[in-house]
Amino acid sequence: MTARLGWALADGWTITRRALLHWRMQPWPVIFGWFFPVLMLLMFGALLGGAMETPAGESYYELLVPGIFALAMLFGLEATMTAVTTDVAKGVTDRFRSLPMSSAAVVLGRCIADLLDSAVGLLVLSGAGLALGWRWHGSMLEALAAFGLLLLLRFALLWVGIFIGLAVKNAQSIMAVQVLIWPIGFLSSAFVATSTMPDWLGTIAQWNPLSAAATAARSLFGNPDPSAASWIGDHALEAAIIGPLLLTAIFLPLSAATFRRLSN
Amino acid sequence: MTTERVIEAFEVRKNYAGGTEGAGLNGFDLEVSAGTVTGLLGPNGAGKTTAVRILATLLTMDSGEARIAGYDVRRQGAEVRRRIGLVGQSAAVDEILTGKQNLVMFGRLNHLGHAKAVRRADELLERFSLTESAALPASKYSGGMRRRLDLAASLIVAPAVLFVDEPTTGLDPGGRAEVWSAVRELVKGGTTVLLTTQYLDEADQLADRISMLKAGKVVAEGTPDALKAQLGADWLDLVVTEQDDVQHIRQLVDRLADGEVRVDGLRVSIPVKDRTRALVEVATLLQGANIEPEDITLRRPTLDEVFLNLTGSGVPA
Ligand SMILES: Nc1ncnc2c1ncn2[C@@H]1O[C@H](COP(=O)(O)OP(=O)(O)OP(=O)(O)O)[C@@H](O)[C@H]1O
Ligand SMILES: [Mg+2]
Repeated sequence: MTARLGWALADGWTITRRALLHWRMQPWPVIFGWFFPVLMLLMFGALLGGAMETPAGESYYELLVPGIFALAMLFGLEATMTAVTTDVAKGVTDRFRSLPMSSAAVVLGRCIADLLDSAVGLLVLSGAGLALGWRWHGSMLEALAAFGLLLLLRFALLWVGIFIGLAVKNAQSIMAVQVLIWPIGFLSSAFVATSTMPDWLGTIAQWNPLSAAATAARSLFGNPDPSAASWIGDHALEAAIIGPLLLTAIFLPLSAATFRRLSN
Repeated sequence: MTTERVIEAFEVRKNYAGGTEGAGLNGFDLEVSAGTVTGLLGPNGAGKTTAVRILATLLTMDSGEARIAGYDVRRQGAEVRRRIGLVGQSAAVDEILTGKQNLVMFGRLNHLGHAKAVRRADELLERFSLTESAALPASKYSGGMRRRLDLAASLIVAPAVLFVDEPTTGLDPGGRAEVWSAVRELVKGGTTVLLTTQYLDEADQLADRISMLKAGKVVAEGTPDALKAQLGADWLDLVVTEQDDVQHIRQLVDRLADGEVRVDGLRVSIPVKDRTRALVEVATLLQGANIEPEDITLRRPTLDEVFLNLTGSGVPA
């Protein structure tokens, strides 16, 4: 049993190293992935910032940066899906499955690599945010907790990505999902106060796990939050923990089942 | 001496969920002795890949039994995977990584230590003449090189049984030759190979025994020679210069033919039973009709003809 766990970890690390080698061999897609949210930050901040109202007239970046953090976690989904689908399509997944290795390791490696990727992305984005005038006003510990919650969301979305990647199996369908990501990202409190939306839309947006992560991060960073007072808005911290756990509880077993179904 | 059976399949059935009725395997049987090459020959959709994937534990069967080196593919998957190598229908290598990085990674996943994995990678690169391209990303490899890398990756821990699914489909003649010689090398090393192919000449070239698959069932099995002999008739090929002669010959030899005479352009192929007598009689008939054939040959049936007879369907070129 312990030997099996040992091999699962060792194999998982081999798969992580594979992803790191991918970064070294083809750095541009990864770097683009890190800087794309920075681009969004600049675009929204510079283009719309002037027209945005913040609760106490702070810089729009104070509000926007944590929102973009959450959005970056959502965009990470794309990298996960693409990697999973490519491996299935190229037969690499089959090769892994024909090896005497632990199948949990394939996912474990993916997990570690994608979380590392997102952690670096958050670092880059924080640097850009700081340069543009965003600050955190709380303690270091609170800031780390905020990043922790964001990565928890990324962890949950990872399973969504693995599930979709295994289920759709082809690159064209991935495109469709990529397009769908946008409305999901916008239908949240990432950019604007949900109170400015029509009631029903605002409610949906508030229940978006992305909003919970953004709101929780804002409160931990001590940044202003424009969310209308509501039950879910008041419990953002809890929601930012429970939401991802719930997503994981749904999509982890689904992914595992789909992985097993590859042999049907 | 009894030869050890390394691959055994008995009455294997597989119907894909949501697939068409009858697609998959419908009572597939196979026995392969240690150290031999068996060709699984069949047209598109015959079930070759399905059979290989079931034997390699990638796919579960609906019913039947299959064992690799004595281990049940259903209940002892881990043991089976320790003893097999699989070269799938498309080259399953990581295209972003270099050839060497691929082999080292697969070595680690076969639970070799780092130093050992590197050493093994170098050996295999050498053996498959990839040393010079070891540092190139696999995406830059030609089809034949990628196939060889794929083969190398399946041989990191010398498997008892190697499955190779259509190794040369889509390769140019040079690429095919490269892969063929790689497979021959392997067999010399004692590996048992199950090779699927749509190409009859490939099976003829590489395989000790051939199983012909049609609609998920083996319809004929034996050595290439035995299969040809089993399907009887030798052929007498006549090549003439005038189209008129073709029709004339057809009428003349009708009485002699042991089956249907085939015409392909200026070539007339006559199935015959008694080789020498047929040759003499045809020659006499031609002389009487004053037809001078450009070529006249007596030959065993090609696998194409065997295949056509057995499966009632043509073979994709
Ligand atoms: N995942 C699947 N779902 C449904 N049907 C399938 C699936 N895979 C294969 N089939 C069907 O099963 C039959 C056998 O397919 P298989 O891939 O084993 O054939 P094959 O002999 O390998 O053909 P090819 O020469 O084209 O590779 C075909 O009719 C195919 O359409
Ligand atoms: Mg096939």
